Amino acid sequence: MTASRVWKFGADVDTDVLAPGTYMKNGIEVIAQHCLEALRPDFATAIQVGDVLVAGHNFGIGSSREQAAGALVHLGVRAVIAPSFSGLFFRNAFNLGLLLLTCPEAEQLNEAELIQLVPAGVQRADGTLLPCQPIPDFLMDMVHAGGLMNVLKQRSQGTRHV
Amino acid sequence: MNHASSSTPQTLAQKLIARAANRTHVAVGDVVTCQVDLAMFHDSSGPRRLKPMLEELGANIWDPSKVVLVLDHYVPAQDSDAQRIVQITRDTAREWRLPHVIDSEGICHVVLPERGHLRPGMLCVGGDSHSPTGGAFGSYMFGIGATEMLGVLVTGEIWVQVPRTLRMRWEGKLSPGVCAKDMMLHMIAKFGMNGGQYQAVEFAGEAVMALNMQERMTLSNMSAEMGAQAGLIAADDTTCAYLRSVGVGEDDLENAHQWHTDAGATCEDVLFDATHLSPQVAAPHSPANTRSVGEYGEVKLDVAYIGACTGAKLEDLRAAAQVLRGHQVAQGVRLLVAPASARDQAQAEREGVMQVLREAGAQVLPNSCGACAGYGATFEEGVTVISSTARNFKGRMGPASVQVYLASPWTVAASALRGRISDVREQL
Repeated sequence: MTASRVWKFGADVDTDVLAPGTYMKNGIEVIAQHCLEALRPDFATAIQVGDVLVAGHNFGIGSSREQAAGALVHLGVRAVIAPSFSGLFFRNAFNLGLLLLTCPEAEQLNEAELIQLVPAGVQRADGTLLPCQPIPDFLMDMVHAGGLMNVLKQRSQGTRHV
Repeated sequence: MNHASSSTPQTLAQKLIARAANRTHVAVGDVVTCQVDLAMFHDSSGPRRLKPMLEELGANIWDPSKVVLVLDHYVPAQDSDAQRIVQITRDTAREWRLPHVIDSEGICHVVLPERGHLRPGMLCVGGDSHSPTGGAFGSYMFGIGATEMLGVLVTGEIWVQVPRTLRMRWEGKLSPGVCAKDMMLHMIAKFGMNGGQYQAVEFAGEAVMALNMQERMTLSNMSAEMGAQAGLIAADDTTCAYLRSVGVGEDDLENAHQWHTDAGATCEDVLFDATHLSPQVAAPHSPANTRSVGEYGEVKLDVAYIGACTGAKLEDLRAAAQVLRGHQVAQGVRLLVAPASARDQAQAEREGVMQVLREAGAQVLPNSCGACAGYGATFEEGVTVISSTARNFKGRMGPASVQVYLASPWTVAASALRGRISDVREQL
């Protein structure tokens, strides 16, 4: 497993900073360029594929706009790690194949730290483990498939072959 | 697994989910598949996102009669991008032969019940975060994103994890000028933006059951700001009377009164006192940042905004007019009113409410989400706004320098008259 670099944010990161309303009329490639710019103007250009976001409580509160999760997927974010998420954002993220890890001790992680995602949680370079809440199988299947669209495609192909 | 016997008392949330999942009982924590009775989406979350995905799957809509499409976010179109989105929405509505399309006649959460689409006992999804508004009618309604909506359109089903119920019991009687919006801001301040933990919130007690349907809708609407999945209110005579008035037949109301939480069901109860509640105001940039109006010093205002599904329904317009009647807004304050639906506006015209608002200096805007969604016309750099809407996130309603205070339509109107945040009770 490759290590992921941490991008650290505070609590209450809302959908309006993830997918600003002004750009909602555009496609995801435009929205993604403005993702989180109100908090970190350089975010969209500096983030690398495979990096992870670490945030405080209530990540993703606000709107139902799934572009909030879609922008992170578009930028190649591998996972978001936070002590709690908005329930609506939680559903949207998994539906788009974005892994969310509910990690009570997420805020211990530091900006730019390199971590590994292991089945039990987040492993730091010194070997310590920050446990994460288990994720139901049907949601992990969605992450592995790359989102609900692919699950539906597989299902419709499956029925065709039966 | 659910081992409950048939006599186990259940919450309203459990009863609604059990019905939709074709079970007699469900237990908290169960993940169940529910049949969807109604799917609502709008011009932003709807066809422009759903059509390409539906085509990619080569699938059809499971039951177009259960779909309601509302054009409210990008209407009237402000620019060519908005025009394109509106065009796609209208073309797709025709192509899909959707029988229920409500175009530029108001905001989805208000027009849905106003056309009789919501009834007690239903399980509904909406492509918008304020979809819990439907819970005011004793239906389990929640918001989902576009991809999940696609799943619903193709299968007619959705998964739900049976929630715990956080029951907000409001006893006593609200003072004149204090309303559902104040109750809700107070609860959000107490529990925080995600304090609902995606569980079901139920509003109960004499002060809730004394509210009319549009006031109840304000409570359910802002359950979203508490992070609840649903914001439920038991069906009662008030519910049935409203539904009759919008053309719902007796067959659909026959068993309406069964949609309540059983005595003895397990709820987390929180008690509130309506009698001593004062008008509430949320400071920038969070609805949870709420204090009583009296705790604000001199906050001078540039704009007073009465709009959105949360704060510009007929009841909200009536409230504002009661304060503004015979007065003019303070010099330097712009009062903007965007009635939440065309029908509500028409009724407000008949009652003389719109005339009162105009005579007070209000500029009347179209029946759409307007500045609340932040998609179209937004406020300019540096202004201070008091708004009857639901969210005051930084940058949502304009540049990051815009300061938005949230309050009830009563408080917005009273503050418009004085040009600063004001206690409406001094003006009644």
